[in-house]
Amino acid sequence: MAIVPIAPARRPLPREARVTVAAVCAAGLLCAAPAPVAGPPWPTVAVLAVLYALCEPGVLRRVTDGPHRPSAVGPFLPVLLAGALLLPPAAAALVAVPGSLAGRPAPWVRRCWRAAHLAVAVWAASLAARLLGGPAALRAGDLPYALLPAAAAAVVFCAAATALTGAVLVTAEHCPPSAAWGEPLLGALGPHLTYGMVALTTALLWLRGYGVFAAVLVPLPMYVACWVFARARRERAAHDATVRALVQAVDLKDPYTRGHSERVGRASALIAGELGMDGDRVDTLRLAGILHDVGKLGVPTRVLRKTGPLDPEERRLIQLHPEYGHEMTRGLAFLDEARAAILHHHERLDGSGYPHGLTGDQIPESARVVAVADAFDAMTSTRSYRPARSVAYAVAELHRCAGTQFDPPVVAALARALAQPAPPLPAQPPAAPGGDGSGPTPARPLPAPPPARAPHPSPTPPPAAAPRAAAPRAAAPRAAAPRAAAPRPRVVAQATALGEGLLVVAGVVGA
Amino acid sequence: MRKGGNAGRAVAAAGGGLVAWGVAWAAYSGVREPGAALAFGGVVLLGELLRVPAGTDREGAPLATAGGLGYALLGPAAAGVSQTAAVVAAATGAAALTARLTAPRPRQGRHGRHAQAAPAAPPRAQAALRRVLIVAFAAACCQPLGGEEVLTGMAGAPRAAFLVAVLAATALWDAVLSAALGAAEGGRPFVPGLRDEVRGLTGIASAVCAGGVVMALAVRSAGLWAVPLVALPLLLTQLSLRGHAAVRATYRQTVTTLARATEVAGYTPRGHAGRVSELSVAVGRELGLPARQLTLLAYAALMHDIGQLSLVDPVPRGATEPLDGERRQAIAALGGEVVRRTGAPAEVALIVERQAHPYREQPLAGRIVRAVNAYEDLTGEAAPLEARLAAVERLRLATGYDYDPRVVEALTRVLARHSTRAWLDAGADGKDLG
Repeated sequence: MAIVPIAPARRPLPREARVTVAAVCAAGLLCAAPAPVAGPPWPTVAVLAVLYALCEPGVLRRVTDGPHRPSAVGPFLPVLLAGALLLPPAAAALVAVPGSLAGRPAPWVRRCWRAAHLAVAVWAASLAARLLGGPAALRAGDLPYALLPAAAAAVVFCAAATALTGAVLVTAEHCPPSAAWGEPLLGALGPHLTYGMVALTTALLWLRGYGVFAAVLVPLPMYVACWVFARARRERAAHDATVRALVQAVDLKDPYTRGHSERVGRASALIAGELGMDGDRVDTLRLAGILHDVGKLGVPTRVLRKTGPLDPEERRLIQLHPEYGHEMTRGLAFLDEARAAILHHHERLDGSGYPHGLTGDQIPESARVVAVADAFDAMTSTRSYRPARSVAYAVAELHRCAGTQFDPPVVAALARALAQPAPPLPAQPPAAPGGDGSGPTPARPLPAPPPARAPHPSPTPPPAAAPRAAAPRAAAPRAAAPRAAAPRPRVVAQATALGEGLLVVAGVVGA
Repeated sequence: MRKGGNAGRAVAAAGGGLVAWGVAWAAYSGVREPGAALAFGGVVLLGELLRVPAGTDREGAPLATAGGLGYALLGPAAAGVSQTAAVVAAATGAAALTARLTAPRPRQGRHGRHAQAAPAAPPRAQAALRRVLIVAFAAACCQPLGGEEVLTGMAGAPRAAFLVAVLAATALWDAVLSAALGAAEGGRPFVPGLRDEVRGLTGIASAVCAGGVVMALAVRSAGLWAVPLVALPLLLTQLSLRGHAAVRATYRQTVTTLARATEVAGYTPRGHAGRVSELSVAVGRELGLPARQLTLLAYAALMHDIGQLSLVDPVPRGATEPLDGERRQAIAALGGEVVRRTGAPAEVALIVERQAHPYREQPLAGRIVRAVNAYEDLTGEAAPLEARLAAVERLRLATGYDYDPRVVEALTRVLARHSTRAWLDAGADGKDLG
């Protein structure tokens, strides 16, 4: 969903975009100009305009949101569409104006743009409803037929608003037309049709003399739905943070692994995408990568932080961590196959791994992916006893161990993903220059790792034997992990897809 | 979970009696306006089938309730008290039957235990019968003393205002009923409970009432086609709520997992966080905390020991209580740091951070967590009665500085109330309170 602010505060619009905005404003004026002459039903206009202004974010924010962070419910469209059904085009165009001009704090250009493009869209919607005989059908209460003009008004409104917003996006940001027009239109049609039905009920009751009751009571459920959705979205962000806190709890015990989990999560998602898995599985694998070492919480801190070689008993304790992790995450229903990855990410293809000594295809695919991602990040991170190995070295090493330790297709997928010129990782800093891209050897490391050490068991010589420096206390504040890498549980994604549609509309139309 | 005490049984009996009377009357005198009965029954059925999972919001099926209220508001000519009760009950029953036939049996046991700190949901049958009572109340309000002519004579804004007033009265009646039920069964004090219920009316309940009024008005204006038209936005509200409930459930799972981290790591005894959370919420309810505060309290209690993860060597049995104050406060501060990063509200972090402070420097929820945690540390899962009494006595002796006397008093009351139940349940499922 490409919601690009029309006028970022610090950057002036390019000239073409300014011309577009000016043209839309002029069109808005033209649409509304005949209204005073025609003598529209002023009380209707006034009631709807006030209602729209009250729903505009920023006016009622305190009431609906309480003391928490404000969230956008979005411009409230059913009221506008009711105006389109009830009023002649010119008068309908006036409904959105006061609310848009008085609403969210913004530069005057933006407010005028908001008012003007909504005015044009409402005008067009009203005209469409009129052409299909909307007013007569509404007055007669001719219900199955009245659905047609209402739906037409909703579709026309949606198309007009999307077209105008898209025009500015194309001229200002030079985004491709499909991104500016096609996707937003498709995503917005469903919610707009719903708004159209709400508007139809409002208009029907309005014409029966229920007046303000109709205008307030009918859209109320819709308003509450948007509000609930905004609240759910806030809590989803809180949930993402909690999953990350689970990872950071490991950091409290073993500061060496700092940042490792997030990077393994990103690498796992990269491999999963390259293997052609669908979006949900990619998300699950990202989660698996992030949480793969969570079982280290169960390993005594003294052993985790030990600087010297480990004795067999201590090694046995450390090798329990996949099982601890599997046990700990038992309550997380959204993890799905990620739990198998947590349990089996130290298995080897030849059966010499742990905890169960599985071989070949017995190892779940998710675990094979996380194992490669884990090993790759272990090799390319800096350690106290050696600097980070190069990406080329790491890939060569992975290829060498493919077949005995790692799954060859997974290793190949990682190599392919790294060799691609365009970084598919959204949260990644720009790739370091210098890649020649002439051979199969990749030139792009995963996002620059902070000085951190790899986790314990790793493909190259057992790091248990490596000397470990004294651990710094975990109290040092860490930079927040990049937001874009946030895991997004599938359950949640599904549950909110509908509301997402609603907000996308709000964002696109009210940008 | 208890199936409901005397008050719950009274509600169930009243609702059941009403339904029986409604069905008998409909069978005797025939169904008035069968089309409307079918349409509204369908709305109730759909709303019940798409129920919001219990445990988050009080209203589990806004669409169904709005449909029932809308039917009641059609007036005595179309519905009437008895027929409204019969239609709503029949639709709810059909939904329950469909759900039972189609859905696989929910697995009890493993998953049930993780949700142990979730607020107890009323049994479904009781909730359904309560809805029948509420809907019948609204229908009765539409039958004013002047007879049917009063309502049918009204049109336009006065009629709408009358219906809104009826539903406002219904909502208040429902709030009083819930608060009374909560007081009789959950041991929640009546007045704070009522305040909570009334405050809850501003959110989903307002949408439900508005939907009911609009449905009744629109059907009168434009026939039965208006029913699906009005049901659509309500359906969206309910789907939004379902999404929200899914997020809440996932969040709770994750916080519980985070809380269990200390148990898996061997720092605290098994089930400690869950027990402290459950008992803290019970004490908070006893003290009349509002619903939001109870949620925060539950989260804070779940995560109160998270700071111990930073210790190189575990404290014996995870009991921080015997440690000296300075060390305890340092551990608490580390825990607060972790909680701050979980995205939980700032109050939760504050509660965790201050859990080792003397009670005058703590928020009320912090005092509860401290006292309950101390009690838990002193007794554990299966302590004999003498040990429990001794623990309470020890808390009482320290109310001058460490523990809030009010909280210790409330804790004592909760423990006394639950002692019989705990004795009955002992060993049954391991989640007894005291």
